[in-house]
Amino acid sequence: MTDAPERTRWDPASEHLLRELAPQVLGVVARRFRDFPSAEDAVQEALLAAFRQWPAEGMPENPRAWLIRVASRRMTDAVRSEIARRERESAIAEEEPAVEPPEEIEAAMDSQDTLILLFMCCHPALSASSAIALTLRAVGGLTTAEIAHAFLVPEATMAQRISRAKQSIRTSGVPFRAPTPQERGERLPAVLRVLYLIFNEGYASSIGAQLQRLDLAREAIRLARGTRTLLPDDPEVAGLLALMLLTDARRAARAGSQGEIIPLDQQNRSLWNRGEIEEGTALLTQALSSGTVGLYQLQAAIAAVHDEAVTADATDWPQILALYELLQRVAPSPVVTLNHAIAVAMVHGPAAGLQRLEALDGDERLSGHYRLDAVRAHLLERLGEIERAVQHYRAAAAGTASIPEQNYLMTQAARLEESREAHTSQPTDSEL
Amino acid sequence: MKYMLMMNTMRAGAGVPAWPKNDLQAHIAFMLGLNRDLQQSGEFVQAEGLTFPSQARQVRAGKDGVPITDGVFPESKEFLAGFWIIDVETPERAYAIAGRISAAPGPGGVPLNMPIEVRPVMSAPPAEMM
Repeated sequence: MTDAPERTRWDPASEHLLRELAPQVLGVVARRFRDFPSAEDAVQEALLAAFRQWPAEGMPENPRAWLIRVASRRMTDAVRSEIARRERESAIAEEEPAVEPPEEIEAAMDSQDTLILLFMCCHPALSASSAIALTLRAVGGLTTAEIAHAFLVPEATMAQRISRAKQSIRTSGVPFRAPTPQERGERLPAVLRVLYLIFNEGYASSIGAQLQRLDLAREAIRLARGTRTLLPDDPEVAGLLALMLLTDARRAARAGSQGEIIPLDQQNRSLWNRGEIEEGTALLTQALSSGTVGLYQLQAAIAAVHDEAVTADATDWPQILALYELLQRVAPSPVVTLNHAIAVAMVHGPAAGLQRLEALDGDERLSGHYRLDAVRAHLLERLGEIERAVQHYRAAAAGTASIPEQNYLMTQAARLEESREAHTSQPTDSEL
Repeated sequence: MKYMLMMNTMRAGAGVPAWPKNDLQAHIAFMLGLNRDLQQSGEFVQAEGLTFPSQARQVRAGKDGVPITDGVFPESKEFLAGFWIIDVETPERAYAIAGRISAAPGPGGVPLNMPIEVRPVMSAPPAEMM
């Protein structure tokens, strides 16, 4: 009660520092005790202790050493309770205040550790939701409560998901060491996919009434930045970061005041974040010059073409079409085909786009999917086939599992139908 | 992806099931075990049982702004007895959990084979709109 308010207030800078330190501390503790799953729990407890103590008692002089000390103590406490291992582990505990290695070696070890952690958390044996949760906690330094809140599940459920993920890692027998260059090449796509999914979850759900949710898009950008520091020469890492920035740049423009979706061609482009667009474009240009084009660079390039158009009409659709054609070759998927059809329609007219969509009718992964209906409705509208467009907008609205999207699609159908009625009920000039 | 599993088993006029004690206990243990398993698998979001139809009220806005409250509606054939919200990787997993609930033991330990309605919750993120 008598605490000065400025001492109890938790400033964002300390919180940021804590999150940056989390993977470094985990790396040190995991290596020291050769036990990643337990070390991860111990570091989480140390973070929670910091959240409790630092705002009240002030930040320790060396926050990193403080966290390592607290986490290591938790480890030895946990280990001590296992009688069989008592002797060996208390020897380690006594070693604990050993001299820390020189700073430059320490820094190199830290980044190496963070890279190991990242590959471990995005282990292919884990389900996407487990890998996401574990990455956010172990590498992102978030608390279980924050992650649970972001995904709107109880904290106990999230804790269990993380604990099971670590159990899978334990049974898989992956050692805590840096991946070989070959392993890195094989497993990097899984790492990038996890970061992409975190971004997507955050960016997409920033529409609607979920304002209190942790900003997962910002967390994903932070993690992608960190990954780029660790792997500065990988063009796909840069491509992913560029894609995130070039997409996030449009965040403020993509929803109205009531949380309603504003489609790309109707967004107020002056609300786009120029800083993010410039950073993303520069990253992308550099990545593309390396010569190996991949999935994320191509998607970033498409986002960049949209971002650089001053108006929707000024969009360079032929270039977007060419990029989708490349993307279809590099990473074919029904969704890419769907977007490709939109680009075809923008360049060669809606009829050509609709023809492309027919190829997807037989595709089981997409047939009956609401997005196929949504795109078809959009193209039919452009073709002037209003009645069929209304039908497909409504079919899409019935199929989506997103409320903002359903509202948008239903409104599109209503708008079209009203415009048609107004059109047919009005007497034409010749009748007057 | 989140799903709601709905157990629509109550009859409007029906009271609590008059099963033998052992059968009742087996049923209760089954439901508790199910929730515990869902918590342990990291899939549990929420589960609630609802009171019997005698406690239910139907409310409608009246013309003067005063809500009109009615008692149980005997014409309804089915009542929601309870629901689970789960967060799972695939629809197949949701169906498997619903199947397990459906087979909850009834009198004599015989599976009830209740119909469980599986409904995706509208919590998916929207796609980028053209």
